[in-house]
Amino acid sequence: MRLNSLLTDKKASILEKWFDVIIETYPPDTASFLKNRNNSFANPTGSTISQGIEDIFDELLRGLNREKTSQFLDDIVRIRAVQDFTPSQALSFIFPLKRIIREELAAEIAGKHLSDEILALESEIDGLALSSFDIYMKCREKIYDIKANEVKRSTFRLLQMANLINDTNGEEPDLEGSNNLKIKRGEVKK
Amino acid sequence: MATKFTAKPDELSKIDYKPPKKGWLDTPAEFKEHTFCWGAKAKNLNIVEFPNARDWSPAEEDWKLPENWQEIVLEGIKDRLGKYRSFKLFMDICVRCGACADKCHFFIGGGDPKNMPVLRAELLRSIYRKYFTASGKMLGKIAGARELTLDVLKEIWYYYYQCTECRRCSVFCPYGIDQAEITMVGRELMNLLGLNTDWISAPVANCYMKGNHLGLEPHTIINSMEFFLDDIETITGIKIKPTFNRKGAEILFVTPSGDLFADPGTYTAMGYLMLFHELGLDYTWSTYASEGGNFGLFTSNEMAKRLNAKIYAEAKRLGVKWIIGGECGHMWRVVNQYMDTWNGPADFLEEPVSPITGTIFENAKSTKMVHIAEFTADLIKNGKLKLDPGRNNHLKVTWHDSCNTARGMGILDEPRYVLRNVCNHFHEMPEDTIREKTFCCGSGTGLNASENMDLRMRGGFPRANAVKYVRNNYGVNMLANICAIDRATLKASMEYWVPDVSVCGLHELVGNALVMTGEKERTQDLRLEPLPEKEAKE
Ligand code: SF4
Ligand code: SF4
Repeated sequence: MRLNSLLTDKKASILEKWFDVIIETYPPDTASFLKNRNNSFANPTGSTISQGIEDIFDELLRGLNREKTSQFLDDIVRIRAVQDFTPSQALSFIFPLKRIIREELAAEIAGKHLSDEILALESEIDGLALSSFDIYMKCREKIYDIKANEVKRSTFRLLQMANLINDTNGEEPDLEGSNNLKIKRGEVKK
Repeated sequence: MATKFTAKPDELSKIDYKPPKKGWLDTPAEFKEHTFCWGAKAKNLNIVEFPNARDWSPAEEDWKLPENWQEIVLEGIKDRLGKYRSFKLFMDICVRCGACADKCHFFIGGGDPKNMPVLRAELLRSIYRKYFTASGKMLGKIAGARELTLDVLKEIWYYYYQCTECRRCSVFCPYGIDQAEITMVGRELMNLLGLNTDWISAPVANCYMKGNHLGLEPHTIINSMEFFLDDIETITGIKIKPTFNRKGAEILFVTPSGDLFADPGTYTAMGYLMLFHELGLDYTWSTYASEGGNFGLFTSNEMAKRLNAKIYAEAKRLGVKWIIGGECGHMWRVVNQYMDTWNGPADFLEEPVSPITGTIFENAKSTKMVHIAEFTADLIKNGKLKLDPGRNNHLKVTWHDSCNTARGMGILDEPRYVLRNVCNHFHEMPEDTIREKTFCCGSGTGLNASENMDLRMRGGFPRANAVKYVRNNYGVNMLANICAIDRATLKASMEYWVPDVSVCGLHELVGNALVMTGEKERTQDLRLEPLPEKEAKE
């Protein structure tokens, strides 16, 4: 894998460029704040993106472990899924990696017949983009679940009082992972 | 008017996602879906006799404003500049040093520059300059002044309902400029035009008429308590019989109604009931002062005052000596910062003295209202409670300082002291995210609606990020706090950001640990889940 060792050599500058392009999707005043990564608690967005892309890049070099990569993508997508972006904008952060790698390795690619390896890598990156799409959808679905759960939580006692719930087994409503208004503390009385 | 959540095809084909570079003064607010709350309904504004009541929607182009809306706003500003010296000062003294710029959770988590506190203030300050300063009148834009146009009005509305009045920014401002107070004035101005949100104005109307946010009547409140009492009996074998509206009780107990109706606040309410029973406290609940929360504070000074007065009127009617307040956040900003000026001093009450320890609560000399965390910390300090912290061994707890109690009144150490006594595993979040520098839950000041969930998640991210850190490093699985809004909203925020962390109130943990006289051997915690050791023994 000649490409891998080249990528390892260029890792720092590739990541720096990748980070910058992502940060530039934010308004200029925000971008200058996000670039300062000294304190991950003061700047969780910038730090998470920075850490996330490094982890993803390392996975690419190692050969993707789907589960791990998915977690790293999740860290970034989860943030962008609730920020001021359209879905395409939110997920736009993956693709520039292809261009950056080609730019960084321009001379090497031309000289050393790397195009097969590059193509394989690029299709891995496309795969990342597709996984990101799944993650994005899950995040948005989660938001709708949370809204529904909040309503259920705030009305549970009231339903109970209105005697709509048959309180026999003394359990809390099962709010996680259920989309319909299913109340586990008992059945809703007919 | 609200932007849909999709890109147009021609936008998609342009791969350049860089946002345009334009001055903030010239960029009107774009009302993005899932970031703003629905408009107030006429019927709720009419109940409290607010002006310009009508049904309206922020998403519509036409806000159905009164003809002379501009005049109303400018008069309103003038009036408040005269009335509140702090407002005048905050309009004048900002040197735009930028120290506050990156301290707001909405900016940190969302990235919209207009959520930088300095810019949020500038939205209103630019109007102040234009109409109330000589330089602004003459030099206009060069002096940072601008006309009050319809776009500008909408922009102020949009961003003043994206500030939780948490005051984090003010901690970092060398001049102590408090954006929370500027936001309060901004929202007062909006209320002159009937531009409150539904999520705030409905609880205000309900509280005004019935005494609590949901508008529940006495029998409903008493019924709800029955469920807790049954659960407590199941857990401890003890049947507690609290009193309601009892004249001549020594103490009136007031807590946010969320503790009675929304999990996980309900477990905290069970904790109060158990504690007071064990102490044999001469106290009563009221079904009229049945709300510690005060959404008036998110509306206007006047409205907050009217709602706060109801608690004291009830204390007077019942003839109690003093008041204990439950785990609420903004209730305490009201009591600690404003009550005395509005409705105080409460001379008909007595200076609070703990009947158990004899401690005099001098800090409550004028308001006569003691925070339950102070009350309980004092009990523990004086060795009056028998506690078994091992019953919370299944929980690895971290502490969220609620903005209002921490920054607003300095309750920092009392809850930590209680925590250390009722549980064995307590881990602090990183220094920059706790105590005075605590991060807001992201949904305070009546922003805890559901239609603005994206905004709430952005605002909640910095807090959640710190929780994630203690989860990863210490296995933390419980986020404790003393605020009813936190208990509801952090639950949502955790579900999104750190799904394996639950949320609880301080007195839920107290209730778990409290060894009560005559109790049976406990096998369940207040959530009716098996205690870990007991499970292991079986
Ligand atoms: S008070 Fe809080 S929410 Fe408002 S601008 Fe300051 S930091 Fe942001
Ligand atoms: S820190 Fe204070 S003086 Fe500096 S920009 Fe912010 S509000 Fe203005």
